[in-house]
Amino acid sequence: MNGSEIIFYLLAALTLTCGLLSVSTRQIFRAAIYLLFSLIGIAGIYFWLQYEFIAAVQIVVYVGGIVVLIIFSIFLTQQAGEKLPKQKPGRKIFSALAVFCGFALTMVQVYQHEFDFDKALVSPTMSNIGQNMLSTKEGGYALPFEVISMLLLAAMIGCIVIALRSKPETK
Amino acid sequence: MMQPGLYHILFISAALFFIGVYGFLTRRNLITMLMSIELILNSVNLNFIAFNKYLWPGKLDGLFFTLFIIAIAAAEAAVAIAIIINLYRSHQSIDVENAEDLKY
Repeated sequence: MNGSEIIFYLLAALTLTCGLLSVSTRQIFRAAIYLLFSLIGIAGIYFWLQYEFIAAVQIVVYVGGIVVLIIFSIFLTQQAGEKLPKQKPGRKIFSALAVFCGFALTMVQVYQHEFDFDKALVSPTMSNIGQNMLSTKEGGYALPFEVISMLLLAAMIGCIVIALRSKPETK
Repeated sequence: MMQPGLYHILFISAALFFIGVYGFLTRRNLITMLMSIELILNSVNLNFIAFNKYLWPGKLDGLFFTLFIIAIAAAEAAVAIAIIINLYRSHQSIDVENAEDLKY
């Protein structure tokens, strides 16, 4: 077992245990912190796969953006130190059963399938990514890139409109 | 023990996906449900990257799909949190059991 394998298994364990704790803990702030570490573990797996650009995007957008947003909204909507109410055991058992069956089915399908591997393990370079993203030729992603920018603008305006405090006289 | 490869990453991503589904089914608080959705989206991203690396390393389609999913997830989280905060203002609660006005 060499260093690379050990790092991979450590990252996998970090991701899965933190994910599991994040959906099972009863303190919502801790759930957010466990989610943070799970996302960092996934970013580590991207680094391990040598997709450094995606790993950087993952850290910037998820860890630096979405988790901070979630923590802010927890502070705005939750009383400090209050635990989430206990769930009904029946719902927990049936959810766990459904999830376990789905997972087993998926893994059986995956292990039965023979993938045709491409042995040329090259990783994308930064200039490759940039040229592909903004090219208008075949295989280029210029149109989705522009559509995404419009979507982000629309989402931003929508958020401002939704979260705007309405005037007291409309009450 | 095998060299970690595509099957290991598919195992991680399937496990993470179903962890997210479990959280989505059991939680009744809107913010924790949103966190479960983030886990599900991340498992999908991991799948795209793994397939791109091991099956089509010459192309970049998986990488771009991941990038766009991350961008859409950011927009989705922002809109969802705006709605949650507005709901908290009018109902003083973000439990889905209390947010059933639309049913009537």
